[in-house]
Amino acid sequence: MSLYYVILQQLINGLILGSFYSLVALGYSMVYGIIKLLNFAHGDLYMVGAFVGFGTLGLLGGILGVGWLGIAAALLISMLAVGLLGMLVHRAAYQPLLNRRAPRMSLMITAVGVSFTLFNTVMVMTNGEYETVNTSLGYSGISLGPVNVTYTQIVMVVATALLMLALHWFIKRTMYGKAMRAIALDPDACRLMGINVTKTIGLTFFVGSSLAAAAGVMAGVYYGSIQFFMGFIIGLKAFTAAVIGGIGSIPGAMLGGLILGLLETAGTQLPFIGSAWKDVFTFGILILLLVFKPTGILGKSEIERM
Amino acid sequence: MSILEVNKLTLRFGGLTAVNDLSFRLEEHAIMSLIGPNGAGKTSAFNCLTGFYKATVGEILFLGRSIAAEKPHRITKMGIARTFQNVRLFKDMTVLENVMSGMHTRSSAGILAAILRPPGQIAEEKRIRQVSRECLDFVGIEDKADRLARNLAYGDQRRVEWARALATQPKLLLLDEPAAGLNQDEKNQLVELIQKIRNTLGITVLLIEHDMGLVMKVSEKIVVIDYGEKIAEGTAEAVKNNPRVIEAYLGKEDES
Amino acid sequence: MRSHLRIPERFSGTKGRIVSLAVIIILIILLPLVANNYVKEVITNAFFYMILALGLNIVIGYAGLVDLGYAAFFAVGAYTTGILTKAGLNFWLTIPIAVIFSLIAGVVIGGPTLRLRSDYLAIVTLGFGEITRITARNLKITGGASGLVGIRKPSLFGYPLTHSSDFYYLFFILVVLAAIVAFRLHNSRLGRAWQYIREDEDAAAAMGIDPVRTKLYAYMLGAVFGGVAGSFFAVKMTAVSPETFAFTQSAMILMAVILGGMGKLAGAILGAMVLVLFPEVFRTIGQSRQLVFGIVLIIIMIFRPQGLWPERRN
Repeated sequence: MSLYYVILQQLINGLILGSFYSLVALGYSMVYGIIKLLNFAHGDLYMVGAFVGFGTLGLLGGILGVGWLGIAAALLISMLAVGLLGMLVHRAAYQPLLNRRAPRMSLMITAVGVSFTLFNTVMVMTNGEYETVNTSLGYSGISLGPVNVTYTQIVMVVATALLMLALHWFIKRTMYGKAMRAIALDPDACRLMGINVTKTIGLTFFVGSSLAAAAGVMAGVYYGSIQFFMGFIIGLKAFTAAVIGGIGSIPGAMLGGLILGLLETAGTQLPFIGSAWKDVFTFGILILLLVFKPTGILGKSEIERM
Repeated sequence: MSILEVNKLTLRFGGLTAVNDLSFRLEEHAIMSLIGPNGAGKTSAFNCLTGFYKATVGEILFLGRSIAAEKPHRITKMGIARTFQNVRLFKDMTVLENVMSGMHTRSSAGILAAILRPPGQIAEEKRIRQVSRECLDFVGIEDKADRLARNLAYGDQRRVEWARALATQPKLLLLDEPAAGLNQDEKNQLVELIQKIRNTLGITVLLIEHDMGLVMKVSEKIVVIDYGEKIAEGTAEAVKNNPRVIEAYLGKEDES
Repeated sequence: MRSHLRIPERFSGTKGRIVSLAVIIILIILLPLVANNYVKEVITNAFFYMILALGLNIVIGYAGLVDLGYAAFFAVGAYTTGILTKAGLNFWLTIPIAVIFSLIAGVVIGGPTLRLRSDYLAIVTLGFGEITRITARNLKITGGASGLVGIRKPSLFGYPLTHSSDFYYLFFILVVLAAIVAFRLHNSRLGRAWQYIREDEDAAAAMGIDPVRTKLYAYMLGAVFGGVAGSFFAVKMTAVSPETFAFTQSAMILMAVILGGMGKLAGAILGAMVLVLFPEVFRTIGQSRQLVFGIVLIIIMIFRPQGLWPERRN
C-alpha cells in the first residue's frame, strides 16, 4: 500500500516538474531551431518571469486577491513582460552578431554574458534573498484512493497543456509559425522570399521567453519561494529535456520535459541517488545521451555534408 | 600493381544513392581521372576514399590494405593526400604555416618536446620549415611564403593547397576539380604541374575534373560515372567515343 | 581607456618589448618592499587568475573549444592537495598527484564529449562543472558543504611560506612558468595543430591531424594549469569550499580570457589583471561587479570580439 502510494505521489510530482521543464525546454528548442543558438540566458528568463509574477501579485493582490484571478493576471503580465525582454535581448545582444555572421562561439559567450547580466540584476535588486510567494490556494483537492491531488496541481498541468496546444496551433497554422519553420531550414532563402527574418526571430524569442515566464510564475506559486539563482539549474535541466526529445523539435521538447521530470522524481526515490545526487543523476543522463544518441527521441538526424 | 582498388563501393544518404556499385583500379604511377556530369557522385566517391564519408557497402584497398573504415587523418598518414573542390585553406595563417600542416604526420614532437624544446625538437621544426618551403618552391610560390593565405589570388590559393598536400609526402594524390576557377594559362600550368608531380616525385594522381580538355590532355585512364554508377572506363580516346558517355553528357537524342 | 591601451604599440620592436617586459618584471619584484599587505594580496590574487586564464586560453583561444566548467579542474587540484596535505603528505609531493588527477579529469570530461558539436560541448562542460561541485558538496572526504579547513601552509627548503610576500613571489614565479609553457605550446607542432583545427577541422583532418586527440590534448593541458593553480590556491587560502567552484567562477575565468582577447597570451594576463583590479579600484560597485561583467561581456562580443588589447598583425 505504501509503495503504491509513493509511486503515485511521485508520478504526480514528476508530472508537475516535467511540465515546468517542458515549458522552458520549448523556448530553448525553438531558439535553437531557428538560429542554432543555445540561449544560456533562457533559464534566467524563467527566473525573471517568476519575479515579475511575484511583483505583479504583490501589486494587484490588493485588488484581485492572491487567488486564481490574481495569479492568472500575474501570469499574463509576466508572460508579456518577459516576452518583450526576450525580444530586447535578441535585438540588443544577439542580432548584431548574427548580422556580421560571427562565429558560434561568440554567440555562446554573449549568451553567457546575458545570463550573467540578468541574474546579477535580480540578485542586486533582491539582495540575493529568497522571496516567499504567498497565495490563497491552499491544499484542497480531490482524492484518488490514498493520494491527494490538489486543485493547484491539476490547474498547472492543464494550463501547461493549454499553452502547448496554443503553441502547436501557432507554429503549424499561422503565417508567423510557417515563417519560423522556413527560417529554421534556410534563412537566406527566406530573406530572398521577402520574409522579415530578423522580426520573425524576435517573435520566436518573444514566444519562447513568455513560455519560460509562464513556467517561472507557476513554479513560484507551486513551490512558494523564488530566488535569483533558480534559473541556472532549470536552464541546464531544460536543455537536457530538449536534448532528450531531440533539440529543435517542439513535440520533442514537450516529451523530453515530461520524461526528465518523471526520471528525476524517480531518481530521488532510488537508494544511492536521493535528493543530494539528483542533479548529478540528470547531468549524467544528459552526457550519456549526448554521447550515444545526440539526436534524441524525436530529433532528425542530420547528415553533415561537406 | 594497383595502388588503389575500389570494389563495389556504394554510398547512400537515407534514400539517396550517391555512389552505386562502383569498381575500378588505379595502377601505381598512373594519372587517372574520374569524370561525370554534375551530381554524378564524383566528390562523394572521393570523400569515401579519403574517409570523410563511410561507404555503405564495398571495399577500398590502398596498397592492399582495406581503408574503408579508416578515419581521414589515418588515411592521410598511410599516404593519400587530397585537395578540396572549394579551396579550404587555413585562411588566417600564413602560406608557410598552411603548408607546414602537411608535415604533421611526418613529424613527431609531442607535448613535452613542445614545452622543453630539446635539440631534437628544434631540429624537427627546422626540417618542417625547410620541407614546406621546398613544397612551395615546387608549386612555384615560395616568394609568397609569409603572406596570409586569405590575401592570395585564387590561383595561388590553389597552389598553396597542392603544396600542402605534397607536404604530407603522399603516394597517391587526389585532386578534386583542380582546374575550377583557373584561367587558360593557369590550366596549362596545372597540366605541367600534374605531370611534374608524377614524373619527378613518383606520385600517383587521381583527379575529378569537369574541364574535358584538361582531362583528355593529362589522363592515361578515365573512369566515367553517372548517377553514381560507372558507365565507361578506358583511355581518353576510347571514352570520348563511347555512346553511353556521350548520352550521359548530352542526353539521349530523342530527349533533345 | 583606449589611449592607455595604445601605449604598448609604440614599443613595437622586439627590443622595445624586451625592455618594457624587463621594467615590468623589476617593478613586480620590487613592489613587496613598498606595498602593504592589502596590495600584495590583491596582486597575488591577480597572479592566480592569470594562471587560470592562461590555462583556459589553451582550450578556448588556442584550440577553439568552449569550456564553461573550467573551475572543475581548479577544484580537482585544490581538493587533491587539501586532502593529501591534511593526511600528512608534503605539499610539494601533492602537486604531481594533483597533476595526474587533473589529467584524468581532463580525459574523463574531454574523452566522450570532444566529438560533440561545439554548442553541446559548452553545455556538457557546464554540466560537468556542476557535477564536480555537487560531488564535492556531498562526499565526506571533501568535507561536505563546509569543505576543508586548516590546510597547512607549505615550506620551501625548510623556510616556511607564511607571509603575504612569500605567496606573492611564489605565484609570480608560477605565472612566469605558465606563460613560458603556454608560449612554447602555442609555437609548436601541437600549437599549430590546434590552430589548424580551429580554422577548419576537415582540412586539418585531411592533413593527417587527428582532431579528437589534438583537442583532448588541449583539454588535458588546460586541466593541468587549472589543477596546479588549485593546489597552490588550497595552501594559500588554507581552506577549500565547494562554492568556490560554482559556475560564476568558471564564468569569471572565461571573462578574463575574453577581455584580453581569445588566443592571446598577453591578453589572458591583462584580462586577469583587469578582472581582479577593477572591483578593487571601484569598490563602491561591490555586489554589482558581476552585473557589470555580464554587460561588458556582451559589449565586447558585439563591438570588440578580439578583446581590449589592440591587435598586432603583420
